[in-house]
Amino acid sequence: MTRASLPLRIAAVGGLAFLHIPLLFILLYAFTTEEKSYAFPPPGFTLKWFGVVWGRADIWAAVGLSLKVATIATVLALVLGTLAAGALARTRFFGREPISLLFVLPIALPGIVTGIALRQAFGLMEIPFSFWTIVLGHATFCIVVVYNNAVARLRRLSPSLIEASMDLGADAFQTFRLIVLPNIGTALLAGGMLAFALSFDEVIVTTFTAGQQSTLPIWMLSELIRPRQRPVTNVVAVLIIIVTFLPILAAYYLTREGEAVAGSGK
Amino acid sequence: MHVHTLSAATPAVRFAGVTRHFGAVRAVDGVDLAIAPGEFFAMLGPSGSGKTTCLRLIAGFEQPDAGHIEIFGEAVEGLPPYRRPVNTVFQDYALFPHLSVGDNVAYGLKVRGIGRAERDRLAREALALVKLSGMEARRPAQLSGGQRQRVALARALVVRPKVLLLDEPLGALDLKLREEMQSELKSLQRALGLSFVFVTHDQSEALSMADRVAVFNEGRIVQVGPPEDVYERPATRFVAGFVGSANVLGAAQAAALGGEEVPSSLRPEKIILLGHGLAEPAEAARLEARVVEVSYQGAVRRVALLTPAGLSLTALVPASAPGAMVGGTVQLAIPRGALQPMEGER
Repeated sequence: MTRASLPLRIAAVGGLAFLHIPLLFILLYAFTTEEKSYAFPPPGFTLKWFGVVWGRADIWAAVGLSLKVATIATVLALVLGTLAAGALARTRFFGREPISLLFVLPIALPGIVTGIALRQAFGLMEIPFSFWTIVLGHATFCIVVVYNNAVARLRRLSPSLIEASMDLGADAFQTFRLIVLPNIGTALLAGGMLAFALSFDEVIVTTFTAGQQSTLPIWMLSELIRPRQRPVTNVVAVLIIIVTFLPILAAYYLTREGEAVAGSGK
Repeated sequence: MHVHTLSAATPAVRFAGVTRHFGAVRAVDGVDLAIAPGEFFAMLGPSGSGKTTCLRLIAGFEQPDAGHIEIFGEAVEGLPPYRRPVNTVFQDYALFPHLSVGDNVAYGLKVRGIGRAERDRLAREALALVKLSGMEARRPAQLSGGQRQRVALARALVVRPKVLLLDEPLGALDLKLREEMQSELKSLQRALGLSFVFVTHDQSEALSMADRVAVFNEGRIVQVGPPEDVYERPATRFVAGFVGSANVLGAAQAAALGGEEVPSSLRPEKIILLGHGLAEPAEAARLEARVVEVSYQGAVRRVALLTPAGLSLTALVPASAPGAMVGGTVQLAIPRGALQPMEGER
């Protein structure tokens, strides 16, 4: 094994530091005794902010709303994204490429454009802002992520597998459940997780499509303006890091295993 | 359910004027055919000749644009693949990568709602039939090409099709394995008494395995018959050139050599080079030719000849016979009956 050259190692360490030192500051100031500003070094350490977070109903409401929005937007995206991928991966028809582009467009558009467009559309159709307008807003980009993952995997799936299944007596539904789904399952898992993560921390589209509710990112943004109890946001951020790290780790191991199974067919 | 009385005249598969277009391309263009129950039927042709589309029309992956398809007397237009009593062995085998060999074979039984124990037993039997006992727990990826082919065969046979469709099933195997599978397929077909419909572009495969061969070109069947007929009496220039190799003679050239005044085929192995101790047949046309080229091919030598009249001929002579010299002149005998008038060219 050859050792990396010194400049390369310095660059790698520098890159890691750039990525992770801000996270360390988040962690550090979750424990500070100073509540108005972030002075370095912190004047003292305390665990009291965890207690404060535990007792504040507005935080739990925001967390609950974000989880609910992300879950429903992800489920919606999984269903619609998979169906769209199924329709566009194989068949050739007039206008296939433009339609495919239109599906991917929402993620390329700046969130602010999507946000304004949705706000005006909801306004024109006289749909009051609610939980569901947030979900619809998030679904626009969640579908793209699922669609992209599913379409890539479907294109790698040999079309004769589906024909073989039909040939052996399976109808379309059985074929989807027994052949297609197991072969694209890990792609859907990865797409679904990414969709969930995107929805969970989305700010811009949410700003335009939410009514009085605040999702967690919106709550955090508004909290930064308040002068007191600043470390509360840090505590929430630390909790989110912990909570998101576990499923990402799980998905990593799950998909790795899945890849091995899917790859063994090649 | 109504009862069918199957007379001997009811074909396993019948096409009447079947046409299938892809855009402006007529992939299958007015095909008529009747495949008998228990027959090993080969569809032979170059790629793009419509043979695979015909197979897919029987399987139900394609629907005809015109014409009529029957399987054992029953019209199948509009029936999806899962409602047809036929099964396919795919060119790439199409084994399900996420299922074990046993579950692959049992798949057709599972979707029919047959219980675990029963379908495992039937799958084991089917795997034994193709000599793969004990492989149930393996994944398709752990098998060799030949073994995958057998799994695909077992998977199609276990659901008891009335007709088995095989799409170039031997194409991906090496020569030795291919010859082995050829004789095994043939004996399996005889033992099961099933109709096998076999698509291939390999003429030797079609000739050696099939009871009857249909030669496809440009979406049409140009000739159909037992292998001997198709080989000995090619109906068109295309068949003469595609099934084996043949000298093709114009009407006048055929007449000059004692044949009918019809474009005719002359198989290279029928031409006799005289003067090497070979007996001259009683009724034969004789002519002189110059040797242009000789190539040694193991069992035979291929001799390219040119007659003074400007006719190019290729002859196959036993390699053990003394070699003709390039540039030398030889005497040829063409036995009566070696010239076959091509009926499709009259």
